[in-house]
Amino acid sequence: MSIAAKFEIEYLQYLDAEGKQVRDDLPAFAQDLDHMVELYKLMMSTRVFDAKSVALQRTGKLGTYASCLGHEAAHVGIGSAMRPEDVLAPSYREYGAQLYRGVQPREVYMYWGGDERGNDYRKEPARHDFAWSVPIATQCLHAAGSALAFKIRGEKRVAVCTIGDGGSSKGDFYGAINIAGAQNLPLVAVIVNNQWAISVPRKIQSGAPTLAQKGIAAGLFSIQVDGNDIIAVRKAMEDALERARSGQGGSVLELVTYRLGDHTTADDARRYRGEQEVKDAWAREPMKRLKHWLVAKGAWDEQKEEAWKAECDDWMDDEVNAYLETKTQPVTAMFDYTFAELPADLARQRDLALSLEHKAH
Amino acid sequence: MAQITLIEAVTQALAYEMAHDDSVVVLGEDVGVNGGVFRATQGLQQKFGELRVLDTPLDETTIAGVTVGLAAQGMKPVAEAQFEGFIYPMMEQIACHAARMRNRTRGRITVPAVFRAPWGGGIHAPEHHSEANEHLFANIPGLRVVLPSSPARAYGLLLAAIRDPDPVVFFEPKRIYRQYKEEVPDDGEALPLDVCFVLRDGGDVTLVTWGAQVKECLEAADALAEEGIGAEVIDVATLTPLDFDTIAESVHKTGRCVIVHEAPKTAGFGAEIAARVAEECLYDLLAPVERVTGYDVHTPLYRLEMKQMPSTARIVEAAKRTLAAS
Ligand SMILES: Cc1ncc(C[n+]2csc(CCOP(=O)(O)OP(=O)(O)O)c2C)c(N)n1
Ligand SMILES: [Mg+2]
Repeated sequence: MSIAAKFEIEYLQYLDAEGKQVRDDLPAFAQDLDHMVELYKLMMSTRVFDAKSVALQRTGKLGTYASCLGHEAAHVGIGSAMRPEDVLAPSYREYGAQLYRGVQPREVYMYWGGDERGNDYRKEPARHDFAWSVPIATQCLHAAGSALAFKIRGEKRVAVCTIGDGGSSKGDFYGAINIAGAQNLPLVAVIVNNQWAISVPRKIQSGAPTLAQKGIAAGLFSIQVDGNDIIAVRKAMEDALERARSGQGGSVLELVTYRLGDHTTADDARRYRGEQEVKDAWAREPMKRLKHWLVAKGAWDEQKEEAWKAECDDWMDDEVNAYLETKTQPVTAMFDYTFAELPADLARQRDLALSLEHKAH
Repeated sequence: MAQITLIEAVTQALAYEMAHDDSVVVLGEDVGVNGGVFRATQGLQQKFGELRVLDTPLDETTIAGVTVGLAAQGMKPVAEAQFEGFIYPMMEQIACHAARMRNRTRGRITVPAVFRAPWGGGIHAPEHHSEANEHLFANIPGLRVVLPSSPARAYGLLLAAIRDPDPVVFFEPKRIYRQYKEEVPDDGEALPLDVCFVLRDGGDVTLVTWGAQVKECLEAADALAEEGIGAEVIDVATLTPLDFDTIAESVHKTGRCVIVHEAPKTAGFGAEIAARVAEECLYDLLAPVERVTGYDVHTPLYRLEMKQMPSTARIVEAAKRTLAAS
């Protein structure tokens, strides 16, 4: 028998569920404990932010919201590895990555609170990132197109897209990694495999043992990563970004994690998954293991934890207040960004909408 | 007999037809254990098994294309797009194959499939969850576009759609999924496709609409009645093929026509009806045709969404304008 090609998928992990280091070759960034504390702090602020969002929804102050509970290592790992000049094309729950890149919690609240201005990120580098993409997987192609632009212009920048396990079934995802392989594009496609696509379990999405191996068919570097281990996520991201930046091509990363919350606040996961599964997943969640590791190294303690939590609470309270104080846009806002300049025909409709407003008041 | 909502009527029709016809299968995202995100397929997988109620991988092209294949093999698939705003990837399979197969093969292969989707706005949903794009499908030859506006019509029209030998796009107005209940006997009686339903008689003005706007039109008719104006309300129900005779008959009687829909105005399906009125009823008209529609803008996020939608007040005003004109 002659073999045409052979492949394998590496699984990357540094910290196990208890926070025990399972390998000695810590990457450079992880030897800088101050930096690791920064990452932990952002993971925690992401979690505090997320809890606030759900509470806002529950009290009727926010529309449907997609929680990121359990994804903190995956998301912060992605965001922290990227350089400012890179571009992120997220789906809809990667707040940890976005907060790192300057998206403000109030902007997230505005988007889910029914106000388009939440997409108009005020701070760099988020300002040159894509906005949330609700039509599943479509953003992957925008990242591929961005990567093509970087290649054409000879810029040392990388486009990163995130996509769910469910989304990795969609043609848009395959198309994105396919052109990235064919054109050697600086694309890093990150599959955040949280085991569920609303009520549909991972095994319904694909008969393949890993989702990472989809990248092999596209000719990309492909790896599966413990998505609850921030060191592993960050390391895999740094390597993928470096390869892409130096012209060595794109990557597919599968971050294995778990969606600890409901799909969104409109969902009730108890309808389709057992309590035991969720309990088991809590034992592997990303914050606890990093905390154990940092505490063992003497870099973190309960006092610091409480102090930082309090700071996060204050920060989020400010953000919530800023959101709640934001006045609804005037009716004209639905017309004003349709074209660069308002066409005469649309201007007449805008006038009509405005006159109805005046009549109503 | 139990009173049921529009969404329960959808479930009831699916369950009835699956129980009576083994070739009927349901497929889509989250249609199985979860029973659909709106619960339209609630309980069906438990009753009919995982193969006849199939959770698919997350890919609308897959769902629509597999649906075409199933139908070509003599199955009667009912595919679900989770929201109408996510139906775009299905359009290639619907336009290029489902609607075209009969013509392409001179009738040798046909596609008796139903593509269901929750449609329209008004439930405070996130981006892309509130679209109304029926006009895009109305322009595809060989395709039926059906929108029920009551529990009874949801039941009867869905049964008819599943039994129809050609593909049907079945848009369910989610704003009125649970708005009210009515008695809908589970007797397997279909309602006719390709006909408009006259929901209320009136001699002064014809209100033509479909989907969730039936509610506002009936409210407008009530308001107009208080001022002594008789409004006839027509639920188009099947946009294509259009039963224009029912509309023409009404306009012949009233001489006035107001068309109401939540989709954008330009090239919306109201434009087709207005054109037909101009072609076939011009000399009956006592006033210009009025359209009360969404604006030509992207469905706004929920803070502004109701301002984009035709309100009862706008319909009443438009009707009065037609009366003032003559
Ligand atoms: C094209 C499209 N189809 C359907 C939906 C509805 N929908 C929203 S999220 C979701 C599941 C996504 O699962 P996954 O890709 O695993 O991402 P996760 O939500 O788990 O992060 C579905 C079906 C959508 N947003 N877009
Ligand atoms: Mg998922």
